[in-house]
Amino acid sequence: MKNTIINLFALTSLASAAAAAPQDFDFKDPKGVNNAVFTLDAPLEAISGSANGVSGTVRFDPADPAATKGKITVAASSLHVPNPVMKEHLHGPQWLDTSRHPEITFEAKSLANVKTSGENTTADVTGTLTLKGVAREITVPVRFTYLKDKLGVRVPNQQGDLLVIRANFSIKRSDYGINPKAPTDKVADTIELSLSIAGAAPR
Amino acid sequence: MRKKLLLIALALALASAGVWLGMGANRGWTKTSVPKKTVDEVTGIESVNYERRFQPGLELLGAAMLAAGLLASASFLCGKPKPNQHHQ
Repeated sequence: MKNTIINLFALTSLASAAAAAPQDFDFKDPKGVNNAVFTLDAPLEAISGSANGVSGTVRFDPADPAATKGKITVAASSLHVPNPVMKEHLHGPQWLDTSRHPEITFEAKSLANVKTSGENTTADVTGTLTLKGVAREITVPVRFTYLKDKLGVRVPNQQGDLLVIRANFSIKRSDYGINPKAPTDKVADTIELSLSIAGAAPR
Repeated sequence: MRKKLLLIALALALASAGVWLGMGANRGWTKTSVPKKTVDEVTGIESVNYERRFQPGLELLGAAMLAAGLLASASFLCGKPKPNQHHQ
């Protein structure tokens, strides 16, 4: 009887450990849905565009979300605005200089104020944002949505989990040397960013 | 000559206004692509893709109106049309 109880306890612990194991979620999205949207105020029309060249890996454990680590990369060349002249300037040396700085990265170091409710976890994520070769530590509010066993719904014949990350935050272009000479009454210093990405952890 | 220039100026102003209105009356900068949003049904992510479409903006409309105005102004430099003189 005692052995049975010990065995049952061991089995339960093993099962829990397996279920709670951290997983590596790959954010290179074959469906091209992952995107980052940016907006800057300007007199005639707000400059608004998006980037869909998202990739990266995030290690997430639904049982211990505070231990989340990872790095998300956005290909600078994938940034797009609808006006072709504006796009050329955006990629040019005064603005993002995409030929010399092809990647925009965010590397998460730590989480604070972690709150979990069902499949959603919110947290303040502190990490290093590297943009146009300038690395700065920032803290952004993030919402993680863990979708267990949903990979198969999205990608046929694949089993696994999905992790959706959403973040809305702002940065100042002057902090990253992005055309500091451009007057702020012509193009705002503040860039509003919105990240909506989904990563997959196949089993 | 004056009349011709005025007519061309008017045609240019009307045509440019008509094209601008007909192609979306875009009150921003000229665009060669427009955003198309779709929602991924599994993740709920709203993705943004761009569809190739030309949409003239206010700067093009303004340039056309300016050209029409210059043509109209030029027509007045041509002076009043002289009356026909019958040679005997």
